[in-house]
Amino acid sequence: MIKRRYFLGAALAATALTAGLPAFAAGDTVKVGVVLSLSGPFSIYGTQMQNGIDLFMKQHGDEVAGKKIELIVKDDGGIAPDRARRAVQDLLVRDHVDVLAGFTFTASAMASAPLAEKTKTAMIVMNASSSHITEANPYMIRVGQTLPQITEPAGRYAAEQGYKNVYTLVADITAGHDAETAFIRGMTTNGGTVSGSLRVPAQNPDFAPFIQRIKDAKPDAVFVWLPPGEATINFIKEFDQRGLKEAGITMLGTGDLTDELTIRQTGDAGLGVVTTGHYSMAHDSDLNREFVEAYLADYPDDPWPNFLSVSAYDGMAALYYALEKTGGDASGPAIVEALKGATIESPRGPITIDPENRDIVQTIYVRKVEAVDGQLSNVEFFEFPESRDMTP
Amino acid sequence: MAGNIVGILFDGLAYGSLLFLVGVGLSITMGLMNFINLAHGSFAMIGGYASVYLANRAGIPFLATLPLAFVAAGLCGIIAERLFFQRLYKAPHLDQMLFTVGFVFSSIAAAHYFFGASQQFVAMPDMLQGQVRFMGVDFGKYRLLLIAFVAAVTLALHLMLSKTRFGAEIRAAVDNQDAAAGLGINVNLVFALCFALGTGLAGLGGALGVEVLGLDPTFPLKYMVYFLLVVVVGGAGSIKGPLIAALLLGVFDVAGKYFVPEIGAFIIYVMMIVLLIAFPSGLGGKRA
Amino acid sequence: MTIRFQAVQRLASPRPRLAEIIFWLLPAAIYFLLPYDRMLVLSLMAYAIAVLGLDLVLGYAGIVSLGHAAFFGIGAYTAGLLSVHGWREPLSGLLIAGALTLAVGYLTSFLVVRGKDLTRLMVTLGICLVTYELANRMSGVTGGMDGLSGIEMAPLFGTFEFDFFGNTAYWYAYAVLVIVFVALKFFASSPLGLSLRAIREGVDRMPALGASVNNRLRVAFTLSAGIAGIAGGLMAQTTQFVGVDSLSVTRSAEFLVMLVLGGTGRLYGAVIGTAVFVVAHEFLNDVDPVYWEFWMGVLLMAVVFFLRGGLTGGASDLLRFIASKGLPALRKREPAE
Repeated sequence: MIKRRYFLGAALAATALTAGLPAFAAGDTVKVGVVLSLSGPFSIYGTQMQNGIDLFMKQHGDEVAGKKIELIVKDDGGIAPDRARRAVQDLLVRDHVDVLAGFTFTASAMASAPLAEKTKTAMIVMNASSSHITEANPYMIRVGQTLPQITEPAGRYAAEQGYKNVYTLVADITAGHDAETAFIRGMTTNGGTVSGSLRVPAQNPDFAPFIQRIKDAKPDAVFVWLPPGEATINFIKEFDQRGLKEAGITMLGTGDLTDELTIRQTGDAGLGVVTTGHYSMAHDSDLNREFVEAYLADYPDDPWPNFLSVSAYDGMAALYYALEKTGGDASGPAIVEALKGATIESPRGPITIDPENRDIVQTIYVRKVEAVDGQLSNVEFFEFPESRDMTP
Repeated sequence: MAGNIVGILFDGLAYGSLLFLVGVGLSITMGLMNFINLAHGSFAMIGGYASVYLANRAGIPFLATLPLAFVAAGLCGIIAERLFFQRLYKAPHLDQMLFTVGFVFSSIAAAHYFFGASQQFVAMPDMLQGQVRFMGVDFGKYRLLLIAFVAAVTLALHLMLSKTRFGAEIRAAVDNQDAAAGLGINVNLVFALCFALGTGLAGLGGALGVEVLGLDPTFPLKYMVYFLLVVVVGGAGSIKGPLIAALLLGVFDVAGKYFVPEIGAFIIYVMMIVLLIAFPSGLGGKRA
Repeated sequence: MTIRFQAVQRLASPRPRLAEIIFWLLPAAIYFLLPYDRMLVLSLMAYAIAVLGLDLVLGYAGIVSLGHAAFFGIGAYTAGLLSVHGWREPLSGLLIAGALTLAVGYLTSFLVVRGKDLTRLMVTLGICLVTYELANRMSGVTGGMDGLSGIEMAPLFGTFEFDFFGNTAYWYAYAVLVIVFVALKFFASSPLGLSLRAIREGVDRMPALGASVNNRLRVAFTLSAGIAGIAGGLMAQTTQFVGVDSLSVTRSAEFLVMLVLGGTGRLYGAVIGTAVFVVAHEFLNDVDPVYWEFWMGVLLMAVVFFLRGGLTGGASDLLRFIASKGLPALRKREPAE
């Protein structure tokens, strides 16, 4: 990790600054500015992503197409768009980075987008998941997932199962609203209907009243989206404690509901939850087994490579792929051109960058939480290949 | 329908009980000792981690970890009090706030360092899982435990403050330090023990809260509003006030979320504002 | 007694002294000497305005508010939404943001003036929480968690473009900060400002002098909200983005910490406290992105232990100590055992 250098006699630089846009560092290095949430309530996200990046670089070396890759990591401390924006400004102006990467939250990516557009710097978005964010800037490429992309298949699955009485319960924030819409769209386009929708406060220590309401409505299934973390853990536990699982109600959700880290903490209460997502630690492929093994060897204290680690890992893979193709040209237009339509084999399966909107296209798996070798994991049993964000 | 209402009332009381358990210790440090302790959550967090580690690593049954969580948090409390807080008893409230906020910041980073950033969980015995059915209504077993704890803690505190010599000494020391010292009461010791009691209760609440509130390093900040809510609405310094406030807020919150989920998020905040405007010094407040 | 009298007299004199002039030249010096830190100082100046607003209500009127992020955020969303919907002129946008926040401040002031410290703390906190939930809820208008983007500003005075490096934004924020500061300085020495101080010193005596305490407190709270709104508007205009975090309780708490850190009731305390907090945050975060909070906490605790009355309070103690070359002045402020 490179610490910021403090310039004192910077009068010269000042004139260079005002003269025009930053001159990019020429030479043999490609500087990558990475913005992650390493402190604050979401520090675990940042750590997962950092691990993914480091693992990729350890496996593939820090040289590609004759250039040395140099990372400059900055923390935005959670959902703090003004800090993210300042970090990006700093990275562009002071450190002269060639490529930007990271971006845990949509707000951070959106606040930074106009800056990267002005400097024509490629922005590899590794996790921010709202729809349409790649429209904010022609140099933005998304390698993670979009929330509607992983949600809509849940609706399709529910409709195909023939569930008659389905409820949705989402956190009353933007992401929750998007998930609700996408799930309902997935159901209705496949001939299903939703009986009722509940929106609940995101900051909510006690889910008992909402879960009781669902129990009283006796649905076949309930689709849930909540901010990952204590909300999802509490919900899954309380769902079990209140006997909804016993009553035969299926809990549906997106991959982040039963993220590898979450199901370690719910214990057996998590068994049987059905989710749709793009990555499971239990994904059946050689590449993934290799990835998981290498990850566990490097991070025995954080033993849960999840969608965040794999997205960050793939973000670096995409960068390396692009640099190979451009022969080391790290300028925004070149990288974007190289990645349009590119397909990369990832531990999660094949991923493609849509040439139209630079957004990700990937297989979405239907998974069920089961105990495998005494440990809960998301076992994939059905897949929707080439899923994309269908938000109009 | 009647079963519904009984069930909701029960859930509300249980939720209120949890609010009370994590907040009551603050009523002692902030109300009795007139010390603005925003670091209450840090001590609750210590109790939580103590319980998690003893249960998951040392294999001690969950219920047996609760008194140990009380002791661990109280011990940390007494050390912090002797080292830092006692020097601030006579400082302006704003200085106390700044100091305790700093303490919270440092404790968050320290917890992150020692225990990692992830959510902790505690292995629950089977007897505390699931629900029991009584007269056609389901009662959560863990929630019954919370209510039982509130009854026990309230009774113990009441007896201690009104019936024991230590309680009398606390009241004397709080009312007039100089006079109390003149009567041969060791004011320093009384205050230290009082602080240990408050932080110990925080630890107990934190340990009981892991199952419902979760536990990660940001715990002290995340739930600060709830501790303050119970104590300020209830009236700092009393036991009865926060109890009534917590149960009231719990029942209204749960009932509101069940019947009108659309405005569920606002109910507790609006109720807080309304109650504070109606009772500016709290429901059971002795001092304004 | 004489010291306090001198302090009041100095406070009551809006005429700047040499040290103050040097102080206000600092941002210009930073602009030229530390060009890479412009963005940092830019947001620092916006925060400083909000903290000055808070100083008016806490330092002068004695109301502890944990709700100023609500007003900061309302100002930010107002300025941001105006721009997104086509009203791109910065100055009028900022004034509208300030005016609207002023109105909201007036309406909420009725809730706030009742009760004592803790009650007010919680009521203002409640206002902040409710506003935050509302902004989250109305994601169609505010962008919710994803934030409000697409803010573009017309050139300042029709000539100065808001550029990539924040040059225009820097001088714009600097000018607003100076104007707010000078206005507050005059306000502090006005009869109303002085009566607020008197209320803070001893509420009981004021009605006897024929002053309506609650009215005055409400005026102070309203003005303070308006200033926070201007700060928020400035933030939105200069960063071209509004996140829902600008309304959060954490933000409120930060404002309060900045003010208490700098020292209340001195105006300079607000600016210096903000500067130290923001710079320390940035510096520590750079050195240690994961555990920086630990050192931040240590810094805050150390300030309380070694400098009573915040940084400016501690500094003036030190100056007085040097001036009197005696111990009594310092000893008086030492923690009582």
